[in-house]
Amino acid sequence: MTKTRTMLAAFAVGLLTSTAAMAGDVRIMWYSDGVEGEVLKDLLDRFMKENPGINVILDNVSYSVVREQLPVQLEAGDGPDIARVTNLKAQSQHWLDLRPLVADAAYWDTNFGDQADWMRPDGSNQISGFMTQITIAGGFANKTLFDQAGVAVPGKDATWDDWAKAARQVAESQQVPFPMALDRSGHRLSGPNLSYGANYIGADGKPAPLDEGSKAFLEKFVGWIADGTMSKDVWVSAAGSTYRAAADDFINGQLVYYYSGSWQVPNFSTKIGSNFDWVATGSPCGPANCTGMTGGAGLVAIKYTKNPEEVAKVMDYLAREDIVKEFSERTLFLPAHKGVLAKGLDFKTDDAQAQAALNEFVAAASSLSDLARKLPGWHWSDTVYGALVTRVSQAAAGEMPLNEAVTRIDADIAAKVKDSGL
Amino acid sequence: MKAETPRPAGSGFGEAIMVPVRLAMGLVDAPLRWVQRRLGIGGMAAFFLLPNMLIFGIFVLLPFFINFAYSMTGGTALFLDDRTFVGTDQYARLFDCSNYIDPNSCTEDTFWTAVGNTAWFVVLQVTLMILFSLITALILNRELMARSFWRAVFFFPVLLSPVVVGLIWKWILQRQGLLNFALYGFGFEPYTWLNDRNWAFAAAVGVSIWAHMGFYTLILLAGLQAIPKDLYEAAEMDGTRPARAFWRITLPLLMPNLLVVIVLVLIRAVQIFDEVYVLTGGGPGTSTLYLTQYIYETGFATQLRNPGLAAAASILMGMVLVVLTLIQLGLGRSSEKKGSRK
Amino acid sequence: MSRIAAFIFRRKGRNGWHWTDIVTWIWLVGGLLIMFGPAVWLVGSSFKSPAALAEFPPTILPYVTQKATVEGYDKPLDLYDATLPDGSKAVLAEVRRIGVISQMVDPEKPGEIIKVNISQRTPVRTMAFATTNYTEPFTQFDFVRYLWNSVFVTVTATLITLVVNSMAAFALSKYEFRGRTFAMLLILATLMVPLSVIMVPLYSIVSALGLFNNLWGVILPTVATPTGVFILRQYMLTIPDELIDAARMDKASEWQIYWRIVLPLTAPALAVLAIFSVVWRWNDFLWPLIVLSRKELYTLQVGLSIYSGELNVQWHFILAMTVVTMIPVVLVFIFLQRFITTGIAGTGLK
Repeated sequence: MTKTRTMLAAFAVGLLTSTAAMAGDVRIMWYSDGVEGEVLKDLLDRFMKENPGINVILDNVSYSVVREQLPVQLEAGDGPDIARVTNLKAQSQHWLDLRPLVADAAYWDTNFGDQADWMRPDGSNQISGFMTQITIAGGFANKTLFDQAGVAVPGKDATWDDWAKAARQVAESQQVPFPMALDRSGHRLSGPNLSYGANYIGADGKPAPLDEGSKAFLEKFVGWIADGTMSKDVWVSAAGSTYRAAADDFINGQLVYYYSGSWQVPNFSTKIGSNFDWVATGSPCGPANCTGMTGGAGLVAIKYTKNPEEVAKVMDYLAREDIVKEFSERTLFLPAHKGVLAKGLDFKTDDAQAQAALNEFVAAASSLSDLARKLPGWHWSDTVYGALVTRVSQAAAGEMPLNEAVTRIDADIAAKVKDSGL
Repeated sequence: MKAETPRPAGSGFGEAIMVPVRLAMGLVDAPLRWVQRRLGIGGMAAFFLLPNMLIFGIFVLLPFFINFAYSMTGGTALFLDDRTFVGTDQYARLFDCSNYIDPNSCTEDTFWTAVGNTAWFVVLQVTLMILFSLITALILNRELMARSFWRAVFFFPVLLSPVVVGLIWKWILQRQGLLNFALYGFGFEPYTWLNDRNWAFAAAVGVSIWAHMGFYTLILLAGLQAIPKDLYEAAEMDGTRPARAFWRITLPLLMPNLLVVIVLVLIRAVQIFDEVYVLTGGGPGTSTLYLTQYIYETGFATQLRNPGLAAAASILMGMVLVVLTLIQLGLGRSSEKKGSRK
Repeated sequence: MSRIAAFIFRRKGRNGWHWTDIVTWIWLVGGLLIMFGPAVWLVGSSFKSPAALAEFPPTILPYVTQKATVEGYDKPLDLYDATLPDGSKAVLAEVRRIGVISQMVDPEKPGEIIKVNISQRTPVRTMAFATTNYTEPFTQFDFVRYLWNSVFVTVTATLITLVVNSMAAFALSKYEFRGRTFAMLLILATLMVPLSVIMVPLYSIVSALGLFNNLWGVILPTVATPTGVFILRQYMLTIPDELIDAARMDKASEWQIYWRIVLPLTAPALAVLAIFSVVWRWNDFLWPLIVLSRKELYTLQVGLSIYSGELNVQWHFILAMTVVTMIPVVLVFIFLQRFITTGIAGTGLK
C-alpha cells in the first residue's frame, strides 16, 4: 500500500497546483439556512479591514458537505481552519484548543461556558469554539385557524394530548388536512420523548435500550399518524435518516399545529407575511416535564490549521459581544452569548409576530430539562436520532409494527456502537 | 447493417480546429518514431493503450480492488491503513437471516429491502423502457413531417443532469406541484403522490424512463433504418401482413441493437440512484430505497459510516451485474446466429 | 429510407387516416408535452418568490399581491377584493388583521376603517417575475469564477477524453495482440461499477495524490470512459485495414497512421463523444461536490448547492441557478442536436 501511495504521489507531482495554505489565510467552511452567510461575510469584511494581515476566506458550502465530506477531510488530517458544524461532540478530537490562543479565556468561559462541553472531548477544559446559534425546539400554532374555529389556543401547561385534541377540533371545523406535524428528525422527536420521561443515556455513558418513556410517546406518535392527527406525509417522505420539514404545509395554512423550532421564525416571517396569524407556543408537556430539545450550530477551530494565531484572532472577533449581538439580530438567530442574552436583543425585523415568537423561544430556554441540555454534548446523540428516524418512519409508513421498530432501533444503535469500537 | 454514415459532417467543422492540433501532432511524431523503433509495430499497441489504461487503472481499477479490500475490514475508520481485518464478517452480516424468505428477519433488513425493491424496479423499468423506446423508434421511423425535430424532442431529457431531472419531477409531483394543480382544476383534492408506495414506485420507474428513453430510442432507430427495404418489398409481394412482417423481419434484424439496449438498460436500472434519490429520497418508508442508495448511505452519508459493509454490498451488486450481463449476452448469441453483429 | 417505414404502415395517408396515424400523432404530441412541459414548469417556477413557491394551488405564472400606497400609512398596503357587509364589492387596502377580522380602508377615502371578515376578501394579484432569484446569487457568489471552473473542467476533460479514448480504441481495433479481448472486457466491466459505489476508495486515492481541492481531481477520474472507448472502437472497426497497410508501405509511422488516417475518418464518432463528454462533465455533481470545498474552485453545479442548508433549503435560488446551468445544455441541444441524433445513429452503437 505504501509503495502504491508513493507511486501515486510521484504521479501527482506533475499535476499539483499549489494548494498549500498561504501564511495569514484563514478558511471558514460555512453552510447557510438563510441570510447568515451574507451577514457573516459582511462582518468578516470589517474584520479584514481592521486586520490587514489576515485574509479570511469564506467557503459557503451545502450542509451535506459539512455532514458528509468534512468528516472525511478531518480524518485525513485536512480541512478548513474554521468550520460551522452541528455534529460537534463526536468529532471533538479534531477541534483546536483555543484556550492558550484567545485574548481572554475567562470571557469565553463566562459567556459560552454553558455549551463548551458540547464541543470538546470528554473531561477536558478545551475551548473549541462557540455556538453561532442556539436552536430550541417548540411548537407553532396557526392562530387564525384557531380563531376561525372558535377554539382557544391551549395555554402554557397544555399537554401533548391537549394540543392533539384542540388541533383535531380546529382541523375538523376548518377543513384543514393536517391537525399536527412534527419534523422528520430524531432531534425533534426526542423533545416529547424526554417529556414522557425518556433517558437515552445508559449507566456506562453509552446508549441504553429505549425505555418506557420513549416507548410511551412513540406509541402515541405512531397512533396519531395512523389516525391522521399527525401528518404522515413528512415522516414517510424519505428513507433513512434524511431530515424533512413540514414548514410548507404550515406556511400554506394547511396545518394547525407544527412542532419544529426557533429556526423557522425568519422563514415564516418572510413566507407567511400577513396571510395569517401564527404564534410560537413552546413545547407541550408530557407526564415528566415540558421540555423541548436544544441544539444548534457551532463555529469551531480545527486542529490541522497552519495558522492557529490568526484563527484565534478571527474567533475572538466573531465571539465579541457586539459582533454576536449584531449577527444574531440580523439573522434572527438565538445567540449563545450570556452577556448578549442578559442585555436583550433587538431583532431586526418589522414583523411583530416574529419578534413575539423569538421572545417566546428565548423564554422557552428556561423550561429545558437537564437531559435536554446534556444531549447535544453526548457522543451518541446523532446515532440515536438516526436510528429513531429511520425506524419510526418505517412504522409510520406501515412497513413494520412499532414494537418491531423499537427492537430494530435498539439493534441498529448497538451495531453502530459495536462498529465504532469504542 | 450499414446506417448511412454522415462522415463528411464532422470533418468540415473539424478542419478549422485541426490546424494547431496537426502542428502539435507533427511535433510529437519524431520522438514517437524513435519509440516505435524500440517497441516495434506490435509494441505500439501498448503505447496507444497506455494513457487510457493508466488513468483507468488508477481511478477505476484500483478503487475497485481497494473496495474489495474494504469489504474484508471492519470499523468506522475511513482509510484502509487504519482499518482492522475481519475476513468475511461483513458478508456474513449481510447474509445473516433467520428466514431467507422474509427480509425483515435479517440483521441488515434494509439491505434486503433494497435488494427486493431493486429487483422489482429492474423488471418493470427494463420492460417498459424497451417497450417505450421501441414504440417511439417505430413511430420516428415512419414518414414524418419534421422528423429531426421529433427525434430531438424525445432525446432532450438525456442531456439533463440526474439532479435536475429529480428536481423537475419533484416540482411536479409534490403536494404544491403541477399535477395536483391540474387535477385541482377538475375538482380533485391535492394528493401527495410521492408519499404513496405505489405512486412513488411508479414515479421512480416513469422518471427514469423519461430521462433515458431518448438515448435508447436513437440506438433502436439506427437499427430500424439499417433494415434493407427490399426485404419489406419482397414480403409485400408475398402478401405478408404488416404485423407478421414486424415479427418476421423487423424484430429479428433489430436484434443486435435490441441486445445492446437491453444490456445497457439493465445495467443502468440495477444502478439506479441519483434521480430517484433527489425525487423521493427512498421514501415513502423504504419503498423506493434502491441498492446504490443503501450503499451510498451506509458507506458515506451517515455520521457513523460503515465502509466495510457498504463495500461488501457493492461487491455483491457488481457480481450480480456481471452474471446478468453474461446471461443476456449468452441468450442473445444463441438466439441470433445469423445476425450480422459487427 | 423512410419509405421503408411507410411500407410497414403502408396504408398511411392513402385513404384518409389509418389508426396508426392517430397513434403516431397522439404519441408525438403527448411526447412533446411530457418531454418539454416539465422543463417549462421549472423555468416558470424559478421566477416565483419563496412564498409563491410554497403556495397551493400554484399558479402557472408568478403572481404577487398588488400593493398600494395609501395616504397616512408609511408602507404600501396589500390590496384585496372585499365583499362588504352590505353585500357590495370594493377594492380595499388592508391596514392590519386581528384574528379573523381584517381592518381595511378604501384607498380613495383613507380616513375610514372598514371591518371585513377574512373569508370575505381575496387578494388582488398581479404578475411579477422574482428576478431577484437570479440577480441575488449573481452578486453573492462569484458567478464568473464558477463558470470559468465549469468551462475549464468540461473542456479539459473532453479533450483528454477524446485523445486518450481514441488512442485506446485505435489500439483495440487495429492491432492484434494478446490480451486484447481481456483489455476490452476490463474496460467494459467498468460499466458495472457506478461512482457512488467506489466513492470512498476513490476519495482516498484522490487525496493520496494530493488532488483534493484541485480541479484535476475532478477531471482525471472521469476521462477514461468505457462508453467512449466502446463507441470509437466500434467505429474504427469499420475503417478498412487496407488503408493502414498501404500507409505502412509508405513508411508512415504508427503515430501518423493514428492521427492522419484513423482520426479524421473517425470524426463523426469523435463528434458524438465530444458532445456527450461536454454534457456529462458539465452536469457532474456528486463527485465535484466531494472533491471541491473551496469557493475559488467551485463549478456551477457545486455553487448552486450552497443553498441547501441544514434546516432550510432556499429553493428559489436553487431553481433559478438550475435554470442558469441548463442554458449551455439547451444551447448544445439546439445547435448540435443534428450531430447528436444522426451521429449516434451512424456510430458504432449497432
